[in-house]
Amino acid sequence: MDVAIVKYNAGNIYSVNYALKRLGIEATITADPELLNKADKVIFPGVGEAETTMNYLKEQKLDVIIKNLKQPVLGICLGMQLMCRYSEEGDVNCLGIFDTDVKRFIPQKHEDKVPHMGWNTITQVKDGLFNAELENQFVYFVHSYYVPVNEFTAATTEYIHPFSASLHKDNFYATQFHPEKSGSVGEIILNNFLKL
Amino acid sequence: MLAKRIVPCLDIKDGKTVKGINFVNFRDAGDPVELGAQYSREGADELVYLDITASHEGRKTFTELVKKVAANISIPFTVGGGINELKDVDRLLSAGADKVSINSAALRNPKLIEDIAKNFGSQVCVVAIDANYENNDWICYLNGGRIPTEKHLFQWAAEAESLGAGEILFTSMTHDGVKDGYANEALATLAENLHIPIIASGGAGKMEHFRDTFTLGKADAALAASVFHFGEIGIRDLKHYLREEGINVRL
Repeated sequence: MDVAIVKYNAGNIYSVNYALKRLGIEATITADPELLNKADKVIFPGVGEAETTMNYLKEQKLDVIIKNLKQPVLGICLGMQLMCRYSEEGDVNCLGIFDTDVKRFIPQKHEDKVPHMGWNTITQVKDGLFNAELENQFVYFVHSYYVPVNEFTAATTEYIHPFSASLHKDNFYATQFHPEKSGSVGEIILNNFLKL
Repeated sequence: MLAKRIVPCLDIKDGKTVKGINFVNFRDAGDPVELGAQYSREGADELVYLDITASHEGRKTFTELVKKVAANISIPFTVGGGINELKDVDRLLSAGADKVSINSAALRNPKLIEDIAKNFGSQVCVVAIDANYENNDWICYLNGGRIPTEKHLFQWAAEAESLGAGEILFTSMTHDGVKDGYANEALATLAENLHIPIIASGGAGKMEHFRDTFTLGKADAALAASVFHFGEIGIRDLKHYLREEGINVRL
């Protein structure tokens, strides 16, 4: 299988690549439109800041390429947020694949720390990236901004309030958490994506 | 609900795991990648690898080790030791580490915290503080607990947070190696003062100590080394115990 990882200034490209290697996949890390278009699966990782990253994607014309991909695409963390319409982080318009906004966590009490960092459970999981056994399993999160629950929500997590742990629309899939850092549960989710 | 984290710490010297008793007298405890993978299988939530070799050669060996850990282990890990400037951070993150822990370098140059947060994000920046309780005060130490400073624990932790630290890893030198519990009173004060996660370190000897640092000490994560390395406490057993005690942990 031909898996491409979108190459840009994101922090976790190599972690994603290592996770795929553990699953026996030799991915291509590339920003070449031709290679991205012809891949069977595309992964759009992301750790960083929304505005800087969006500007970079636009400069490289990756914004147009990503939103027009036809094969299964998986956005991870900032990758998922950039697939939304708009982000409060840097007050920036994003790719608009998911018609929803990205908001900053506002602590409601002293114990609510931002970023939301660590292992939390996913609930109300939907087919596609998830199977029923993944209900209530722990996955690893690190983020200060979140996508509210909306019509595209494919899994929900509770922190301060419920938010979208995952989104799905047509061929676009996304996780707020890091499957590449979520141990054996993360491996199942990555495998489910590879099987789509 | 966000789970409390159990974090085994591996001190690395010349590519091997060691653990100090009160910061001196090291005993050997195995191969770092193997040990990390085993902890991950048993249910560790994160790993910390601390490079205690300061030499240039040692640093190269450590960077190679970080690459191997990243390739083999599917949970987050933090690396620390010998990080003095941004290019050290860049080197270790590029090798596959998720976070870096800075200690003496931050005390000497607090701006480093700000620089790391700006360049790589706060979530990457763990500020480690070694402090000893003496004359009714918590005094911060440099160089692995060898040199006292003018800084006091609570002030320094607050300063680190305001500069952009993503987490505080507080090691009580008073409790480290003694195996009689964590510094829960000081930890609870840190939790009340700060808005970022706190990792408790120093003093784990029994399972009850972990429970107490989450309840009394209000810690977000508990770090330990020797009780895990020498098999005195199994991570899976510990997590079952904690869940029975009503603490939310990942099983």
